[in-house]
Amino acid sequence: MFNKRNISAIFTVFALSMASHAQSADVAKAQDAEQLGLQISTEAKARDTGWLDNTSDMLMILRNRQGQESTREIKTKTLELLGDGDKSLTIFDKPRDVKGTSFLSFSHTVGNDEQWLYLPSLKRVKRISSRNKSGPFMGSEFSFEDLSSFEIPKYSYKYLGDEELQGVDSFKVEQYPVDKNSGYTRRIVWIDKVEYRVLKIDFYDRKNSLLKTLSYSDYKQYLNKFWRADFALMTNHQNGKSTKLQWSNYAFKTGLSDTDFNRNTLKRAR
Amino acid sequence: MKWLGNTNGAMMGLVIMLQPLSGAVADYEFSAKAGFEQRLFIEQGQYAEQLEHTQASVFIEPEFYWSWSEGGDSLTFKPFYRQDEFDQERSHFDIRELSYIHVSNNWELRAGIRKEFWGVTEFQHLVDVINQTDGVEDFDGEDKLGQLMLNLSLVQDWGIVDLYLLPGFRERTFGDVSSRLRAPLVVDTDHIVYESSEEEKHLDLAVRWSHTIGDFDIGSYWFQGTNREPLLTPKFEGGAVVLSQYYSQMDQFGFDAQATLGDWLWKFETIYRSTKADDFWAAQGGFEYTYIGVYDSGVDVGLLAEYAWDSRGDDGVAGAGVSAQDDLFLGSRIAFNDMQSSEVLFGLGVDLDHSALSVLVEANRRFGESFKVSLDLRLFQSSESLDPLYSIREDDHLQLGVEYYF
Repeated sequence: MFNKRNISAIFTVFALSMASHAQSADVAKAQDAEQLGLQISTEAKARDTGWLDNTSDMLMILRNRQGQESTREIKTKTLELLGDGDKSLTIFDKPRDVKGTSFLSFSHTVGNDEQWLYLPSLKRVKRISSRNKSGPFMGSEFSFEDLSSFEIPKYSYKYLGDEELQGVDSFKVEQYPVDKNSGYTRRIVWIDKVEYRVLKIDFYDRKNSLLKTLSYSDYKQYLNKFWRADFALMTNHQNGKSTKLQWSNYAFKTGLSDTDFNRNTLKRAR
Repeated sequence: MKWLGNTNGAMMGLVIMLQPLSGAVADYEFSAKAGFEQRLFIEQGQYAEQLEHTQASVFIEPEFYWSWSEGGDSLTFKPFYRQDEFDQERSHFDIRELSYIHVSNNWELRAGIRKEFWGVTEFQHLVDVINQTDGVEDFDGEDKLGQLMLNLSLVQDWGIVDLYLLPGFRERTFGDVSSRLRAPLVVDTDHIVYESSEEEKHLDLAVRWSHTIGDFDIGSYWFQGTNREPLLTPKFEGGAVVLSQYYSQMDQFGFDAQATLGDWLWKFETIYRSTKADDFWAAQGGFEYTYIGVYDSGVDVGLLAEYAWDSRGDDGVAGAGVSAQDDLFLGSRIAFNDMQSSEVLFGLGVDLDHSALSVLVEANRRFGESFKVSLDLRLFQSSESLDPLYSIREDDHLQLGVEYYF
């Protein structure tokens, strides 16, 4: 299995095998690339900070290789926490057999997230293991980690260069997950140079082959500051399936607080 | 449907309360599920009048939901009806929920008929005490009758405190003479005996504290009121021997905890129950380990093991039905995480004192957007007449369920 340490070890071996006079310059260059990658990602995160809380409706359209579709309707409420991961409540409306099922998550930048699932037919709240990062979310091509909030300490970084993506001048940054339970060795993220919005992500699986591509489209700006896409498409290159996300009813600074995220709110979430 | 008499007043109150608010109702939702179930018993029943091989039934459970004051107030109404081919006791109506909730910043008030689940273990729900078991629905005790309550829930930094007033006791439901999965004698559902002179009108009380501390979720409660488990004793009634139900008063302390440590969930529940006849401890504990994404697929495999203990041991078997006094449960849950949410659950229960064994396999998946199909297989084996499974040892069956959600 590849992880960050393996990769840096490979880089080290590679560097050593190079002509000795070039070595110090290359290390400096690599350090620059890491610095730049971190800076770009930090700027992207900084520009998306300060929205306090956010609610939205999400339509998830699953499509298999034969083109058959299945739809999930999901509401989300998120509370932004500075200095730690966000708190979020995810409520399922469709498919109808899971209507009323809801999911409470306290994500943490360091250590395990805390997660609870509410099963309405049993009226039961279950604390669940947050170790499941790589598993599919609701049978979709999104894994749990794809849908969790982006936090700087979750990755290490490397700037790969500039690239024009569908006519938009972008930075190309490689991100290596710190968590050993991540389903990925790395992701390559395209971030536009003007607004620092994520346009596209390539995901590489544990064997380091290209697994999925996520593309965001139709970005709109809210409160003159925060950019949110109306659509996202996740394509799995290995199994031929895809999942499309479609957001609506974005709202920010709605007045949510800590008291909206506990077992009681989980049980009656609609 | 005798019990309706007890709760009619409260029901009417809630309905009347709703009327003047109709203009202010901001949100109304209707959803429902309806289902067909077919059981196929492999053997003939042990007792003469039991149904033979097949048992079909249909049910409907609509849900009406209103909310106003931006979700600060809401009302939910969820009636339930099942029509069974043979068992007249299983053809029954229940109000699963008719409840009003008012939410404030740090507290909420819940009033009406509701269901409340407590506990963490999977094979037995020792600490779950608020609602009466709807015994005709299934033999596993997972289905519950709605309970009338007034519940004040206080959210504190040190946990959630729930206070309950529980008027209107519900007696357990039992199948009639035609039903399978029953004891040799039929339970008399007409003449009920209570320890309390207030009978089913006894006001029960409960207080529960629950909290999350890091990886640990813990809860503890005290309950005082009518024992949900009847003491069944044989008696003559109308020329036949039947089982008569006796409901004692009890004080019960309960504690439940779950430690969520990586892929491991460690679970523990215990109760101490004090009644006039006896005092006892019981506990259930074990683990659930989930192997995420076996062989780099999206399939999760969970392994479960739990052990049940009861201080009454064998002595209690003739008493209030100690079915798990030294029992081991093993199980596996396979979640395919596919578009249809396919799932298979295997369970095995072994009584370590009496050679008794039960096996269950439950599989279900969604079809299209609105149908869910389940196929359950339950096998029982017992060679000792003392064991509760002995009376259902010929009741191995396959159950097909089709549910439609709209």
